[in-house]
Amino acid sequence: MTASPDFPVLDVSGLSIALDNDGVQVPITQDVSFSIARGEVLALVGESGSGKSLTALSLLQLLGHGLSVVAGQIQFQARDGGRTDIARLGRSGHAIEALRGARIGMIFQEPMSSFSPIHTIGAQIAEVVEVHEKVGRKEARRRAADLLGKVGIPDPVGALDRYPAQFSGGMRQRAMIARALVCGPSLLIADEPTTALDVTIQGQILELLRALKRELGMAILFITHDLGIVAQMADRVAIMYSGRIVESGPVRDIFRHPAHPYTRALLDAVPRLGDIDRGRRIQPIAGSIPNIFEVPGGCRFHPRCPVAVLPRCAASAPPRHSSGRHEVECIHGETELAP
Amino acid sequence: MIRFLTRRLGYMALTLLLVSVVSFVIIQAAPGDYAEIYAAKKAATGAVITQADIEAMRVELGLDQPVYVQYVRWMWNALHGDFGMSWAWKRPVGEVIAERLPVTLAIAFATLLFMYAVSIPVGIYSAVRRYSVGDYAFSILGYVGLAIPNFLLALVLLYWSQQYLGQSVGGLYSPAFENAPWSWGKFVDLMAHLVVPVIVLGTSGTAFLTRAMRAAVLDELDRMYVLSARASGLSPMQVLLRYPVRTALNPIASTLGWRLTYVISGAPIVGFVLALPDTGPLFLNALLNQDMMLAGAMIFIYCALTIIGTFVSDVLLVLLDPRIRLE
Amino acid sequence: MAVTDIAAPPARTARRKRMRRPDLASQWQLMWWKFRRHKLALFGLVVLGLFVLMTMFAEIIGPYPPGQRDTKYVAGPPMMPQIVDTAGNWHLPFVYGVKGVRDSKTLRMTYVADTAQLWHLELFVRGTPYKLFGIIPGDIHLFGTDQGSVHLFGTDFTGLDIFTRSVFATRASLGVAVVGVAVSFILGAAIGGAAGYFGGAFDNLVMRLIEFIRSIPTLPLWLVLAALLPRDWGALQTYLAITIILALLGWTWLARTVRSKLLATRHEDFVLAARLSGCSDTRIIARHLLPSFMSYLIVDTSVAFPEILLAETSLSFLGLGLREPVESWGVLLYAAQSIRSISQAPWLMIPGVFVIVAVLAFNFVGDGLRDAADPYSRS
Repeated sequence: MTASPDFPVLDVSGLSIALDNDGVQVPITQDVSFSIARGEVLALVGESGSGKSLTALSLLQLLGHGLSVVAGQIQFQARDGGRTDIARLGRSGHAIEALRGARIGMIFQEPMSSFSPIHTIGAQIAEVVEVHEKVGRKEARRRAADLLGKVGIPDPVGALDRYPAQFSGGMRQRAMIARALVCGPSLLIADEPTTALDVTIQGQILELLRALKRELGMAILFITHDLGIVAQMADRVAIMYSGRIVESGPVRDIFRHPAHPYTRALLDAVPRLGDIDRGRRIQPIAGSIPNIFEVPGGCRFHPRCPVAVLPRCAASAPPRHSSGRHEVECIHGETELAP
Repeated sequence: MIRFLTRRLGYMALTLLLVSVVSFVIIQAAPGDYAEIYAAKKAATGAVITQADIEAMRVELGLDQPVYVQYVRWMWNALHGDFGMSWAWKRPVGEVIAERLPVTLAIAFATLLFMYAVSIPVGIYSAVRRYSVGDYAFSILGYVGLAIPNFLLALVLLYWSQQYLGQSVGGLYSPAFENAPWSWGKFVDLMAHLVVPVIVLGTSGTAFLTRAMRAAVLDELDRMYVLSARASGLSPMQVLLRYPVRTALNPIASTLGWRLTYVISGAPIVGFVLALPDTGPLFLNALLNQDMMLAGAMIFIYCALTIIGTFVSDVLLVLLDPRIRLE
Repeated sequence: MAVTDIAAPPARTARRKRMRRPDLASQWQLMWWKFRRHKLALFGLVVLGLFVLMTMFAEIIGPYPPGQRDTKYVAGPPMMPQIVDTAGNWHLPFVYGVKGVRDSKTLRMTYVADTAQLWHLELFVRGTPYKLFGIIPGDIHLFGTDQGSVHLFGTDFTGLDIFTRSVFATRASLGVAVVGVAVSFILGAAIGGAAGYFGGAFDNLVMRLIEFIRSIPTLPLWLVLAALLPRDWGALQTYLAITIILALLGWTWLARTVRSKLLATRHEDFVLAARLSGCSDTRIIARHLLPSFMSYLIVDTSVAFPEILLAETSLSFLGLGLREPVESWGVLLYAAQSIRSISQAPWLMIPGVFVIVAVLAFNFVGDGLRDAADPYSRS
């Protein structure tokens, strides 16, 4: 079986995650849908608390205690064509564990704590190979060294026997990327991989990810709150607010013609070169993201929205409008999307 | 590493020296010196002992010398295995102890083994199945284990085995094997007799370690690297055994010396109650008879054992934990 | 930007009014709330309260004076209160009378229940007069029998009532623990405080000393020190000496806590703020530093109780600690030292149950306090 080229690597539809709070299901995300094609980078953007990291974890069935996927599908198609609905797999067991690390790699925000401090870097990368493929110790180590070289770690063979504490933050994140890619996954999930790093190192890591994507051809789901990174990395963007995707589309469309007031607010909060000359000030977004227990009715953004139409926006969920691949959930959607 | 070792060795030597001073002070603190006690004993049997005889004996034993000279002499002799004479046993202290020390060591070692063999799996189980029936059951057992004094547990087990098994668990050998040469049967008999002392001595330590292991594993399970290992496709069991358990073993290893101190601390009283042929009854009887030459030597040996144990556990910890090794 | 302020729904506000306000509570209130949620700790606290009552009203709770020998019931087994007799008739609580039978072989007296005789149990009976707290005279005992005698836990080889003695022994056992903990508290706070405050070489010395004391087996050392006490000392002198010996080796934990907390808080901003606003060193220590780690001291203290209690019991059990006529649980257990005595009279081990219950209660309370004192523990 070979992969059907028209089918995306990942197709998420109607995904809802809920928290079990003493028997009451509190929704965390609702009706989240997106898809990523081969070799494509999708950026999932949102403030902390918007549900973007939990969405990422749910793709690997790694949600924590009390959290579960209550609706929706997570269709995944690997390079060899095997198609699986991850939403139907258990949290453990061979089916999901064979995907994790091998078909779908994941890197996390904290390079400091993502490696066990008392095992060598080499052992922690080689074990991924050993778990997924029938190879010997030596071969696994060779593969690990290979990847370490690819992610730009000097003296990769020597690095195998070093401990995480002997690596800098940037080096550790490189090693983390090596670990996620050592089995050649079709999809890489990167959960704020550069947030904890210095700005110069951030740039290097992003450059590395782009180069690896070109070389290895995997799709990337890039989770971030930083629109600057989105502009550099992504092909398409999905903006998440309070557990819903409020706007999505090609990166150009979103940046040129943001249709949702939240997206515009986010863009206004990004400093741009020349702002000072033009006398423009950064506009912070007033208020904060709602607590999951106190989600406002109607459009979730209406209490903070500058263009809200009351009482309509507070009474019913906003309609979804689309133009081409650009979609938005807003009462003003139709006029905003009009070319 | 070399620097750590030398510093640690130096510290150990210093502690041993301090302990030897404490032991010597204990010997000195007893009322009357060896010559006086000897004279009193002789006088009791009707022999005529003059003050001159006592003085002569003092000179012969070096008791007329200043205290620090006596200390150096005692220490020097002790280094050569000569801890002086026990007047209660009328034999060299070193000889009396040497006969019984192996039994104490065997029991201490078996107890440590028992404690870790039980507490590690139980602690892991309790952490992974937190708030399950098993977890609660073990934690209740642990509370009781911590609360029951060693000697009381020994008494209860003694009484119980006498009433219901019709055999004595005191001593280390059944009468049939008491003086028999070593054989498989005697070995099995010895092992059977070791069970009770080991349980008695190990219960509170096991309870304590189980708690520590449970807490350590729980702490590790929340770590980011556990999530990242799961994301790499390791099964929960693989993750558990490779990461949290391995990491949690460090604090356990570092408690080894400290646990040994506990076991050694409890050993005399348990040996006494169970009438074991180890150093326990020897030590306690020496105290009750104020046979301080023997008691002081025992204290020195008990302390030396724990100090060496602490050293071993520190070295072990450094070997296990690269974070300390790399500093 | 226009921001619409949404008011919380009315139902929520109503509920909030009845809720506790952790943001307004004092440190001690927060601790008490958390402590109360720890059911075992509350239970332990109740048990400890009962023990305190026992020490205060031992004369009333014990049916007999602790020194009264029952020559008609020597080494007799515990009597079980009953409400149904052998014929199946219901009664108010009673115990059967006893018959002494002499074993023809061993010539030992053993006792069997005489089901023909019912000795009824009564509450608040008049018995041997006593002076409560040494001054208030009285002769009412919590319970007793209309005829014969009641020995709930049996008697020892001299005919003393084990229940009465166990109740009275609470005084010495808990007394040693309280005084011992108090002395080690003072020692620990003073030494640890000085180490933390002066720092430098002194701190180093103290830390090495603590490490040294911790690395040697304490029980043998306790035994040796106890054995070195002169034999001709009176019971009270020995009592005090034993207490001090126990405290001498028990202060290290507390000293370490005081020192590390002092070092940690010494450079906190609130201390600097206090210093800048002109507070003296004493005032800073007493008003700012001490309260900030008082909760940790209380936790450590609660942990020290069971340790000292167990040590005293072990010492006395071996005959190296407290001695008759002072009565502690360990002194009572001294009678159960040999296998011969416990096989004849296993009830001699009953005072051990008091020890276990007391240690359990202390441990429960200690655990509850530890959780409550930790500001980061999850509620």
